[in-house]
Amino acid sequence: MNYTADKPTETRTEDELAASITRASKKEVVLDVKDLSIFYGNNEAVKRANMGIEKNAVTALIGPSGCGKSTFIRSINRMNDLIPSSRAEGEIIYDGINILRNDINVVALRSEIGMVFQKPNPFPKSIYNNITHALKYNGQKNKKVLDEIVEESLRKAALWDEVKDRLHQSALSLSGGQQQRLCIARTLAMEPQILLLDEPASALDPVSNSKIEELILQLKEDYSIVIVTHNMSQASRVSDKTAFFLNGDVVEYDDTKKIFTNPSETKTEEYISGRFG
Amino acid sequence: MVAREQFSADLEAIQKSIISFAYEVDTALKQAIDALYERDSDLAYKVIENDELLNERDQEINEATIQLIAMQQPVATDLRRLVAFLRVSSDLERMGDHAKNIAKSVNRLNVLSPYDIPQAIRDMQEVVSKMIHSAVQAFEEEDITKAKKLADLDNVVDSMYGELFRDMLDERKAQSGKHQQTMQLVFVGRFVERVGDHITNIGESILYLVKGTAVDLNK
Repeated sequence: MNYTADKPTETRTEDELAASITRASKKEVVLDVKDLSIFYGNNEAVKRANMGIEKNAVTALIGPSGCGKSTFIRSINRMNDLIPSSRAEGEIIYDGINILRNDINVVALRSEIGMVFQKPNPFPKSIYNNITHALKYNGQKNKKVLDEIVEESLRKAALWDEVKDRLHQSALSLSGGQQQRLCIARTLAMEPQILLLDEPASALDPVSNSKIEELILQLKEDYSIVIVTHNMSQASRVSDKTAFFLNGDVVEYDDTKKIFTNPSETKTEEYISGRFG
Repeated sequence: MVAREQFSADLEAIQKSIISFAYEVDTALKQAIDALYERDSDLAYKVIENDELLNERDQEINEATIQLIAMQQPVATDLRRLVAFLRVSSDLERMGDHAKNIAKSVNRLNVLSPYDIPQAIRDMQEVVSKMIHSAVQAFEEEDITKAKKLADLDNVVDSMYGELFRDMLDERKAQSGKHQQTMQLVFVGRFVERVGDHITNIGESILYLVKGTAVDLNK
């Protein structure tokens, strides 16, 4: 027996393919990615990706470094616009609109589709002001409304009980895990529909990590979540759907339980089993 | 390409212990049936005593497998392979119990007046032994065609048992005044027949390992 990799590659029958498509399409799709290609100069970082991202579900993007998953997630709220050489083709349909269109107001888009990054990046301000900063910038001056939003966002991010007595202390006094939950609260304050999490727990200790995972499971009741993670166990614990990226291709996109028990593609199997990458 | 060499070596080591476990069970069954035909109580006691070792073997395989699951957090085929290890080992352990049960019947028979033991019981044990060898091959090579064929041999064992059962109850063939012996021999036949079912379960575990789906071969 060869344990290293060589599961015989079986061609999927039409029935199996149809079953896979049915599984993938039974829930409401919040983001419909169609033939999405993203280029950095001449380098095609994402190659004609197609993916229906489900509403109120957690979608995990996995794959080795440089596979295109971060490029993919960053394209969903147009973060790649900040890279001059980048260019996107195809469509990402959100609420009936292709958000890759040139006339999209990206600031408004980013309040609908919020993003949290690998390293917690709170503003060097108080906990309270971290959350109200963008709201104030958008013209919300009512103290009572702001107070309510601060509490609600912090509660949703499972941070309220830990910080309610020190809202006016610097956010930088919080632990790494708390800072990350603050960043999530800050995003939630904008009332987004979709949360993009780019390795949100990879810089955290195990306890903070599991708090973030618990939080993700709670948040999916109200939000649709896309998460990039290098932690396979995390992907299997928190997500409903998993997409495996390799060299810019979406190799496999299916229910997480299918991907982690019986993936259809040999490459997926090799990657999740830790045999390359 | 990271091959996870240590993990692969650990998997292979467990696989090897399961294979030798299977051969030990095969030997126990053969000895139990030998003891039956030869009215050899010493051999029967040896089979009963050795069952402890078979139970320990199952324990060791369980521990090693669970340790790998905990430490290596396997997924997909690796995970299914380890689950199959647990199932196969547990079936082998139950097969060992049936060898012990046969040996106990032998001891009960040996204090009664002698009885002509039908050839059918030896024949059944030989088919079952053949099944064990095919199951080992199927397990080692992860060969689903061989695994499925185990069900055919199991059907043979089942019908041999049915025939034995009918013969033993047939008054024209029954040996008069030997009801206890008749009962014990029907039990022995039943134990061998059950062993066939466990080997078929092993076939199912191999199918699960390779295909990732549950299949019932015991129909």
